[in-house]
Amino acid sequence: MNALRPMTLTLGLVGLWQLLVTLTEVPPYILPGPLPVARAMAAHLPVLAGHLGTTLTEILLGLGLGTLLGSSAALAMILSPLLKRWMLPVLVASQAIPVFAMAPILVLWLGYGMASKVAMAVLIIFFPVASSFYSGMRRTDADLLELARIMDARPLKVLTCIVVPSALPSFAAGLRVATAVAPIGAVVGEWVGSSRGLGYFMLHANARMQIDLMFAALTVLAAASLSLYFLVDRLLDRLVFWQPKDAGQ
Amino acid sequence: MPEISSRPGPALPAQAPGASAITLNGLSFDFEGRPIFRDLDLAIPGGRTTCILGPSGCGKSTLLKIIAGTPHYAFSGSVRFEEGADAAVSWMSQNDLLLPWLSLLDNVLLGARLRGELGPERRDKALALVREAGLAGSEDKLPAALSGGMRQRGALLRTLMEERPVILMDEPFSALDALTRVRLQNLAAKLTSGATVVLVTHDPMEALRLGHRIVVLGGSPARVMEIVEPEGRTPREPGAELAALYAQLLARLMNAEAA
Repeated sequence: MNALRPMTLTLGLVGLWQLLVTLTEVPPYILPGPLPVARAMAAHLPVLAGHLGTTLTEILLGLGLGTLLGSSAALAMILSPLLKRWMLPVLVASQAIPVFAMAPILVLWLGYGMASKVAMAVLIIFFPVASSFYSGMRRTDADLLELARIMDARPLKVLTCIVVPSALPSFAAGLRVATAVAPIGAVVGEWVGSSRGLGYFMLHANARMQIDLMFAALTVLAAASLSLYFLVDRLLDRLVFWQPKDAGQ
Repeated sequence: MPEISSRPGPALPAQAPGASAITLNGLSFDFEGRPIFRDLDLAIPGGRTTCILGPSGCGKSTLLKIIAGTPHYAFSGSVRFEEGADAAVSWMSQNDLLLPWLSLLDNVLLGARLRGELGPERRDKALALVREAGLAGSEDKLPAALSGGMRQRGALLRTLMEERPVILMDEPFSALDALTRVRLQNLAAKLTSGATVVLVTHDPMEALRLGHRIVVLGGSPARVMEIVEPEGRTPREPGAELAALYAQLLARLMNAEAA
C-alpha cells in the first residue's frame, strides 16, 4: 500500500503528461513527451550521473554545514541571552533578503566552483534549522525544568539531557524543510555560474535546444530530491522516535 | 459531631533522619491580583504524611510550589524547615514527567544523571526499587510502552531515588483508575514511611488512606478549615472503618462549605 501510492501517482502524472502532449500537439521543442525524454535520459545516463554527483555533493555539503551552523546558532542563543538579543533580529532580517538575489554575489566572491553552491544551500537552510531548533528548546516543558531544579541538576546536564532532546522533534521538522529546499539553493547557484552539475547541464541543454535532455535532467533532479527527502524523513522518524505522530498514523 | 481526630498512636513510623517539620507563618500570596493566601499559618509535622485537601483552584498546589521554593512565586511570610535543610525536597506531580527518550530505568535514575552522579551503586539501588515496585522486566522499556499506572510508579521511584527526607506530591495519583490508584497509594505509603510527605489531593478518600494529618483548605483567600488526624496505620485499608471516616470527613467538608 505504501509503495503503491507514489507509484500510481507517478504513473498518473506521466500519463497526464502524455495526454497533454498528444491532445495539444505541442511541438517537442516546447514540451517533449515522456518517451523522448526517457530515451534522452537512457542515452546520456553516464553524463547525467556525473552531473547528479556534483549537485548531490553540493546539496549534502550544504545540508551538513547549514545544519551545523544553524544548530550552533540556536544553541548559542539559548546559552547566552545577550547573544540572543543581538542575533535574533539579524536572523529574522536575513529572511527578508531574497536568497536568490545573493547568488551572483556568492559566485563573484566564491568563484564558479562548488563553494558558491554550498554557500547558497547553507544560506537557504540556515534559518529553518536555527529557528526550529531554537524555538523547540525555548518550549521545553517548564515542569521538567522545575523538576531538574529541585534535583539540583547541573546546568549543562539540563541542556544535554532535557532541553536538547525536548527540542529534537521541532529540530527534525526544520531539517525536513531544509532537506526539501537545499536542492533549490544548489541549482540556483549552478544557474548563475558553474561548469558542472544538473543546473549547469539544464542551461547548457536549453541553449542548444535539447529540450528532451533538459527534461531528462529535471526528472533526475526531482527524483534525487524526493529520494533524499524521504530518506531523511525516515531516518528522522527512526532517530527522533518521541516526536508526535500524525493523527492519521 | 463525633470526634475523629486522635493523638498519634504507636502505629506511627520512626522519623527518618532529616525528615524536617515545616512551619508556614503569615503566608500571603497573590496571583494576578487575586489573593490566594492571606496570613496563612500551617504546621506540617516531621516524618509524617500530611495531606492538603481542598477543591480545585483553592491554592493547594501553589502552597506546594511555595514550599518547594519554586522561583517566581513571590510570597510574603515565612516557610521554615525545622532542621534547616530547605533545599532537600523531592517532587512528584500528577503528570509523570518521564522523559520519552529514556528507558524506565534511566528515568528512575534521572536525578543522578542530572547531577553527574551515575554509577553502579545508584544503578543497583534503582534496580532494587524497580523490583520492589513490581516493574521488573520493564526496566528497558520506553515510557510510551508502559501503562499509566506503570509510568506513575516510575515517577514515584524517581522521586524516591532522590532520598530526600521531604517529599512533595501534587495530586500524584489523580490521573489513575481506582484500582491502580489504591495499589500506588499502598506502594507510596510503604516506601515513603518515615519521611516528611506533603501530599496535595482533592480526593478525601486518598487523604484518609495516606494522611497522618489532613489539612482541609477552603475559601478565598484559602484558609485552614479543618485539621483532622485519623487513627491507625497508613495506608488505611478499605473497609467499614475507612468508610465511616470517609462519611464523617465528607460531612465536615460539607458543613465547612456551608458555613
